[in-house]
Amino acid sequence: MKRSSPAQISPDFRRTRVVDQTGIEERAARFTKRSIKQSSKLQALYQVLNMIDLTTLEGKDTDQKVRQLCYKARHPHDELSGIPTVAAICVYPNFVRVAKKSLEGSGIKVASVATAFPSGQSTRAIKLADTRLAVSEGADEVDMVISRGKFHAGEYAFVFDEIAAIKEACGKARLKVILETGELGSFDKVRRASDIAMHAGADFIKTSTGKIQPAATMPVTLVMLEAIRDFYYQTGKQVGMKPAGGISKSKLALHYLVMLRETLGQDWMSNEWFRFGASSLANDVLMQIRKEKTGQYQSAAYFSVD
Amino acid sequence: MAKKTKPLRFDTDWKYDPAPESASAAKINEQYDLFMDGRWQKPLSGKYFETINPANEKTLSRVADASEKDVDRAVRSARQAYEKVWKKMAPAERGKYIFRIARMMQEKARELAIIETLEGGKPIRESRDFDVPTAAQHFFYYAGWADKLNYAFPNKKTAPLGVAAQIIPWNFPLLMAAWKIAPALATGNTVVLKPAETTSLTALKLAEIIQEADLPPGVVNIITGAGKTGAAMVNHPDVNKIAFTGSTEVGKIIQRSIAGTNKRSTLELGGKAANIVFEDAAIDQAVEGVVNGIFFNQGHVCCAGSRLYLQESIAKEFIQKLKDRVATLIVGDPMDKNTDIGAINSKNQLDTILKYIQIGKKEGSAIYQPACSLPKKGFWCPPTLFTDVAQSNRIVQEEIFGPVLAILTFRTDDEVIEKANNTPYGLSAGVWTDKGSRIFNMTRRLRAGVVWANTFNKFDAASPFGGYKESGFGREGGLHGLTPYLEIL
Repeated sequence: MKRSSPAQISPDFRRTRVVDQTGIEERAARFTKRSIKQSSKLQALYQVLNMIDLTTLEGKDTDQKVRQLCYKARHPHDELSGIPTVAAICVYPNFVRVAKKSLEGSGIKVASVATAFPSGQSTRAIKLADTRLAVSEGADEVDMVISRGKFHAGEYAFVFDEIAAIKEACGKARLKVILETGELGSFDKVRRASDIAMHAGADFIKTSTGKIQPAATMPVTLVMLEAIRDFYYQTGKQVGMKPAGGISKSKLALHYLVMLRETLGQDWMSNEWFRFGASSLANDVLMQIRKEKTGQYQSAAYFSVD
Repeated sequence: MAKKTKPLRFDTDWKYDPAPESASAAKINEQYDLFMDGRWQKPLSGKYFETINPANEKTLSRVADASEKDVDRAVRSARQAYEKVWKKMAPAERGKYIFRIARMMQEKARELAIIETLEGGKPIRESRDFDVPTAAQHFFYYAGWADKLNYAFPNKKTAPLGVAAQIIPWNFPLLMAAWKIAPALATGNTVVLKPAETTSLTALKLAEIIQEADLPPGVVNIITGAGKTGAAMVNHPDVNKIAFTGSTEVGKIIQRSIAGTNKRSTLELGGKAANIVFEDAAIDQAVEGVVNGIFFNQGHVCCAGSRLYLQESIAKEFIQKLKDRVATLIVGDPMDKNTDIGAINSKNQLDTILKYIQIGKKEGSAIYQPACSLPKKGFWCPPTLFTDVAQSNRIVQEEIFGPVLAILTFRTDDEVIEKANNTPYGLSAGVWTDKGSRIFNMTRRLRAGVVWANTFNKFDAASPFGGYKESGFGREGGLHGLTPYLEIL
């Protein structure tokens, strides 16, 4: 597994690249004009399923619930043969051990949110402890949140240092940094937060917790993909992308895949570098896969709700 | 770029399958006559010529070749309709007819888009999402003005001019027909319109719509033919107004031939637009705007941003990004919904473009074309970037009218204004900067009819369009677009 480490020289984050709102929205809309048909559609649906971080992040989560979700991750829809598994299960730290056990030998990763998710309002000591808990329980990936308050206050060094400290606490676990774009207020700030996260050592940057609206949108994801592209050309380091929240239909997921293909290309087209954070997308993808294979839609009642 | 970094790879394992629009959803007759006096009439010349699909060179239809006598019949029919019906009609009634044409264009949008793509070579995505809707919008917009001319020109009296002879080019056949016909009708003029000889079909389809809309016979006459037909229209003594969109060369001929007559004219001619990117611009969005600016409609756009001026500090990075973006453009079958760049409109035009590419190479500029497999039949040119270009190069000075971008650099605002204005043309320009005050400074000093800021190739019926210098005179669109068709007292 490749990991990035903090870049040696970090730029002045007050002067990050600007984003033109009209332009980015138009470009994002253009991807939706691609018409994905026939075998390229089926191939894309498999790819999407294989990129999903199947997520449950609720106060009412239980061991049983997590075990059920893990079964779904391994066996999305046994009626159809040759279906890939999802990429990962995403849970709170206290469910990591259960998930890890349920997924043993499957190759499916366990991701854990940490750092006083979702608000991130706590001390660094608590956030580090939260991260260490997740990692010691066996998490392969840690999804942290940035301190949005500090970010808005212009304390970029604080935000940077915090991410770098969490990254260190992650050890071998890959770090996904959630920007919570719905709280940032402008594309310029999304771009700035992306740059800070990548320079501080993020392995992935992620749009949202799923607890704040708006969550992932195509324009905001495009801003982040472009930041990843620039970072790659500047440093040679590949950083992954995870849009999360609000992507529940296959058609929209295919638009995202088109956007990924035409922005970052082949090297990002796998679950090592791109994930969908979603809870209900999987079933819609399965329904579409079945439709592509048989030519007919099957009622939603035939797909397990977990 | 970091030293060992590999360029991004856009030749991905996942490819898009063909997604073709169905040609059978459009009805094209085997042969078309001339639409005059509300009826389809055989040409007195007895001659027809073939029109082909530039993407596969197959014949689509045969259209009439109007002779001088046919032009005379068309002008007479327009004159009669003007004197007996149209100029007397209540403006609100005129407006109703124009609204009806607009609605019928929307109803037949799919068919019009398919024909525009089959005959013109432009991607179906563009004819479907741009050409046809924008053409309909133009009719809607001017329909609204028909009974409000007193408000458009308060405290003045307005009167129509009479018969307008309108000659349009092959790059936006239906849209240019709309630009010409809609304001002429709204102001009470009658029309003889001639589409370009390689793209007659959507104008003839529009004639069918006009017939079906029950427009009084002779108010709009649509005749087909080549340069000779156009010359006969310009020289006809009973024409009051010439509206021409096309090359500067032909524009000058028209100017000469109407000198000394009392014919009015508007000319919308060539261009060589400067697209200027400053170092503080939103770079990725500017890349997108530059791509749309030059590759929209295969670069067959008079206002195409064909000269790119990059501030030196960002030039290297910008060119890298431009190459990455160009690598994702899909060149091929115009009927495929995923196609970004379709076929060149004609063999003639392809030869011109290829000639200029050779000139560019000979002048010592570095050429970049992405790897793409082009169909064997038909007329094709991949998107082409030239770097290491000097202001004095012919590919910078002359209009190419194809998917070819000349990339230059600059250092200061004054320098780029001087270079951008250093052209006989002055149709459009683009400015990319995050600094508002710079936009105003540039727009004030750039000698171009349209200056786009942080966008490019945006059109709206409510917005006037037209040139400075050898790009022509007169404005089309908006309130300004009414003036060239009116006597304002």
